[in-house]
Amino acid sequence: MLQYTIRRLIGMIPIIFLISVVVFTLAKLMPGDALSGKIDPLNSDPEYIEEMREKMGLNDPIPVQYVRWMSGVVQGDFGDSFIHKRPVMELIGDRLPNTIILGLSALVITYLLAFLMGRYSGRFAYSIGDYLISAFNYLALAIPSFVAALVAIYVFAINLGWVPASGSIGSGVEAGTLEYYLSKAKHTVLPAIVLGAMATAAYTQFLRNDMIESSRKDYVRTARAKGTKESAIYNKHILRNSIIPIVTLLGFDIANLFGGAIITETIFTYPGIGYLFVESVHARDYSVMMAITMMLTILTLIGNLVADLLYGLVDPRIRLS
Amino acid sequence: MSTNPRQHKDAPLLEVNNLETAFSIDGTFYNAVDNVSFRVKPRQIVGIVGESGCGKSVMSLSVMKLLPKGIGQIRNGEIIFDGVHLEKMTDSEINKIRGKDIAMIFQEPMTSLNPVFSIGFQLQEVLFNHMKISKREARLKSIALLKSVGISRPEKIVDEYPHQLSGGMRQRVMIAIAIACQPKLLIADEPTTALDVTVQAQILELLKEIQEVNDMSVILITHDLGVVAEMCDEVIVMYAGKIAERTDVDSLFHNLKHPYTQLLMGAIPKMDEEVEKLSTIKGIVPSLKNMPKTGCKFAARCPKAMPECLTVTPRLAENEAGHEVACLLYETSQPKQEVNT
Repeated sequence: MLQYTIRRLIGMIPIIFLISVVVFTLAKLMPGDALSGKIDPLNSDPEYIEEMREKMGLNDPIPVQYVRWMSGVVQGDFGDSFIHKRPVMELIGDRLPNTIILGLSALVITYLLAFLMGRYSGRFAYSIGDYLISAFNYLALAIPSFVAALVAIYVFAINLGWVPASGSIGSGVEAGTLEYYLSKAKHTVLPAIVLGAMATAAYTQFLRNDMIESSRKDYVRTARAKGTKESAIYNKHILRNSIIPIVTLLGFDIANLFGGAIITETIFTYPGIGYLFVESVHARDYSVMMAITMMLTILTLIGNLVADLLYGLVDPRIRLS
Repeated sequence: MSTNPRQHKDAPLLEVNNLETAFSIDGTFYNAVDNVSFRVKPRQIVGIVGESGCGKSVMSLSVMKLLPKGIGQIRNGEIIFDGVHLEKMTDSEINKIRGKDIAMIFQEPMTSLNPVFSIGFQLQEVLFNHMKISKREARLKSIALLKSVGISRPEKIVDEYPHQLSGGMRQRVMIAIAIACQPKLLIADEPTTALDVTVQAQILELLKEIQEVNDMSVILITHDLGVVAEMCDEVIVMYAGKIAERTDVDSLFHNLKHPYTQLLMGAIPKMDEEVEKLSTIKGIVPSLKNMPKTGCKFAARCPKAMPECLTVTPRLAENEAGHEVACLLYETSQPKQEVNT
């Protein structure tokens, strides 16, 4: 298993290299550059622009710019943000905890809901409860996240006033105190529920359909023939089989966890990675944009690896070597 | 469960009376097992033979009440096991009998075991279901059981998973699960069909041996008449959900009465005869939907059919001592007159 993991990690290196070329090229293909994002090109002195371009290395041939960027990247240095005037890594480091808190809460909500609903729907398929769950899921799937987020803000933050409408922390609270954590939780709960509930549909239906499928298998009949209780048949024999595809999805959620939810974070002005990404696109802050894109691709690759490793863990038929 | 003491030695262990099991096709129920009655005595091996689709598996699933929910249901009749009516039992009541007093092994050893649990877990589950037993004891017992069904290195196999075993080994594991609680009745639904010939013989040998050691009764469902000759005391020949003939194993091979059974026998290739073409029974078992409502269900395929076969339903009745047949060729199968005896 360790050998397998190492081999897979080494195999990622050429992929990451290729992706870096694509990311860099795409960034270069976008109209404008860091400078035009910062100043107004039409009302600036052309000489000043030329001088700045020369200084920032924007006049060098593109391969040279790529090598310069990449040599920093392999040392873990993604350069400085042109807008924030800070190292990109520092900026991401600031935002990452917020995104992880939000992503993790959303993930827990998704899995909790999907597990409960999917298990019920799978066991009592085609019952009224199953139809209600399906209806809820399809509704959640059909509503775009920006609509759901706005409605949630309107109802729970503005009308009911239960939670704040935006941000990730109240003003004037000191880090480390109980008040601080409560404030964090209060700010996270609404976007987390919006984000979590929206994603539930796929997982629920996955689990439900797999349970229905599993319940028709011969081994279920064997379990019945052994005098095993119906509840144990569902909770052990069927669920243990149906959980396999769900658990492996967890690997793919890793990228989501760190990547943040662009739309939801933006609407809640929640200072996470997703919000930072949107900001950086608007401001042509290429170093930040490329850093986040690279981070996401690497995380996706690692997520795939984790999914495969989880597969080997939950399914005895699969041995990784 | 309340066990009625049996009055005398030959009282049946299992008594099935007028069983009707129906399957739903497009919302309508059709009888897959139609008015079937038979008995299984203690320590007896009863073979049930017939073509695919004749209702033999459905009948065995009815006894265990393992019919697929909502699709198959027992509509009529009695299943009396050791003095207790099974047909009226709820799921939780029958669960106390399944695996303990009646056990079952299935046709497909490759899919009958749960792929994600170890052999030990699946074996111990039946022990935990029916006995008060510690984990350690259960493990030791499961190893002993694996040994008793002829699995070498049982202490290793107990921790392995089904995919690591061959078909024959898996069927042995299924047998170990079935006999774990020393059931009084074992239902074996085509236990060797999916296995290759040499393994078939070993599994049958094992079943016979276990039956003798454990004093079990066995219902052996098969379409292999050779297996019947080897194993069974009594044979029930089924056709289209009904019993065509019921007899002891000797007269099955020497004194066949029902034309269907005769044709079945004729279809076995003989070693000492050279034939161009193997003989078959023309046609197939009619599907549940197209089953004739009246008359003998075999009439359409029967070479000896008479006009009345299409209208008069033959009655399964004793023709000779211990030999029942349902065919209008025999006086005894004519419908009963108004006078009831």
